[in-house]
Amino acid sequence: MKMFSGLNRFFRSLPLHLALILMCLVWILPTVGLFVTSFRSKEDVRTSGWWSIFAPKPIEGVAEYTMYCASCHGADGKTIVVADLSDPSLVGNYSRSYQLLGMLKQEVNGGPHLKDTLLPTQANQSLEVLSAVLGYTQHLSGITRNASELTFSNYMDALVGYKGTNNYQDDCKTSGVESNIKFKCKLSDLLNPEGMGAAFLNTLMVTLPTTFLVILFAAFAAFAFAWLDFRGRQWMFALLVGLQIVPLQMTLVPIARLYASIGIQGTFLGIWLFHVGFGLPYAIYLMRNFIGSLPREIFESAYLDGANHWKAFTKLVMPLAMPAIASLGIFQFLWVWNDFLVAKIFLSSHPVLTVQITNLIDPRGANWHILTGAAFLSFLIPMFVFFVFQKYFVRGLLAGSVKG
Amino acid sequence: MMPTIMKQGRLAPWLYLAPALLIMLVFIAYPTANTIVLSFMDRTGSITAATTCVAGEPCWGMFENYRYALTSPDMLLALKNNALWLVLMVPGTVIAGLFFALLAERVRYEKIAKSIIFMPMAISFIGAGIIWQFVYSIQSGGGAQTGLLNAIIVRFGGQPIAWMSTSTINNFALMVVGVWLWAGFCMTILSAALKNVPGEVLEASRVDGASEWQVFWKVTIPLIMPTLVVVTTTMIINILKIFDIVFVMTGGNYGTEVIANRMFKLIVTDTGRSMALAVLLISLMIPIMIVNIRRFRQQEAMR
Repeated sequence: MKMFSGLNRFFRSLPLHLALILMCLVWILPTVGLFVTSFRSKEDVRTSGWWSIFAPKPIEGVAEYTMYCASCHGADGKTIVVADLSDPSLVGNYSRSYQLLGMLKQEVNGGPHLKDTLLPTQANQSLEVLSAVLGYTQHLSGITRNASELTFSNYMDALVGYKGTNNYQDDCKTSGVESNIKFKCKLSDLLNPEGMGAAFLNTLMVTLPTTFLVILFAAFAAFAFAWLDFRGRQWMFALLVGLQIVPLQMTLVPIARLYASIGIQGTFLGIWLFHVGFGLPYAIYLMRNFIGSLPREIFESAYLDGANHWKAFTKLVMPLAMPAIASLGIFQFLWVWNDFLVAKIFLSSHPVLTVQITNLIDPRGANWHILTGAAFLSFLIPMFVFFVFQKYFVRGLLAGSVKG
Repeated sequence: MMPTIMKQGRLAPWLYLAPALLIMLVFIAYPTANTIVLSFMDRTGSITAATTCVAGEPCWGMFENYRYALTSPDMLLALKNNALWLVLMVPGTVIAGLFFALLAERVRYEKIAKSIIFMPMAISFIGAGIIWQFVYSIQSGGGAQTGLLNAIIVRFGGQPIAWMSTSTINNFALMVVGVWLWAGFCMTILSAALKNVPGEVLEASRVDGASEWQVFWKVTIPLIMPTLVVVTTTMIINILKIFDIVFVMTGGNYGTEVIANRMFKLIVTDTGRSMALAVLLISLMIPIMIVNIRRFRQQEAMR
């Protein structure tokens, strides 16, 4: 009886689990797709979908090899020791099917090379057969890479900002003309201003000071709004609540003009100030709600102990507000890290990650494989912060869910 | 508001406020005022917009940029699309978010499920655009489909669809990306509200013979109504200023233009018109701003 009720419960909740798991799959599939794609070679990305790594390409030329060669060389190509077809140094001598044809025309041990089955009489047909055979022997000997082999080259290319037609590592090995002009093939390439490596540093340079300044200024102002008395406190704070929704695009032109006139267009200072200005209304709102909810008694007893407002701020408010500061910090950090528009307009000479990704886009659409690596490089830190500090992120969201 | 208790001089509060106020004055108040002024100017922002009138065509004098904002074909399309986004996306994200929150509450793997739905909030719009490129892309000249959606369609014998360049379909395709990005936000906030609904209330109504459906509509929904309002107003603001998704995925081409993207396009070429669009956008948000301030006042009164 008990078992039946358990089974019954299981079947009743089955649709719930199915619906939820299905939705989670739908939600995560696009990201998984990009992740898988980021490890695939350029050719693979261009010719097949990311899911095909789970169903490897059929190896071509098996039928032809079996028909013409397997009877003597064996299925693995190793039967004849002096003509080992799994030896890359031997197979590597024949890179074209007509070379193979020429070799097959020569006699072996005083008789024709092909004994049992003869090649088609027409030249182009026999070359077709041989190119299939060649492909298979190259596979046997390990000269050609397996179709679904994964690579880090997209990440490497994105990091150094490679824009050629092959990939960075191969170019460096062969040290072609292009690689000599742009890259030294040393560690310093990671700092190439066109690459994601340099952009990573730029993003840090934008994000960290901004986050710090927003927290500092917001804590000051929030303390005043919560525990100090001054005229206009209420309407000023109401105005602040309203300010949170001012769209950022609205201020781009006036600020760009202002920056141009005082000469800080394109500087880190300019973008710090802009982000701080836009982060503050929400930041003050969040901090004030938290600091305002601290118990009155602790301020009263501090006051009786002779503490002034500065002491109360540094010794009481800041330590107690740490959870709120963590929430705000993560929120602000992610927001600035992921910003594209502001950085594009005010800091295009030092591209941040998001801007650099768009710089890497090839107008002919020939380098999607690099963009996959670039995108995931830009996700690394936000994803880490998100999954490790999710609690604080959610808390920040709940504390002031007015801002978009 | 709470009475103050700190011993202080008259100057002290203003010293605490000074950095924040100064920066907000320069970066929010001044640009807003300047934007309004510029919206009455011509494309260079130096003389009045009335000079851009063309003889023999309708002219609104110094409000000429607003004539563009409200009557030009480009903008009528953008306004129509913004309305479409509002009507479909706001309920779409809120309902999806509520649905997830309700389902996830009932299982043991709640945390993981919610993290998955919430994850898109952590990444940039640029990154999201690249992620969805591999869902929507189309291979038109033969060859295997590399976009997930078209590969599925072709697998079941259909014809591949150009998701980004077929008008009307592309708007819906963009909205799907929007729901993917924002549903986690709605879910997180609504989930916290659902957790605050006291279990005894739900139990009591079940004991009284209410069906699950009735409990949901008659008890749960009214109890989380304030949060539903917050989430909805926030989403209305987000959707009104929707920009990034459109900018990244179609650039506003193929009939997907929205107000904020139009405004961004015009920033360089025609400052006056661009700023008129900015003013239009903020005026659409003023009702929400008033709702927010009023709600804030009520909260303060209850403290």
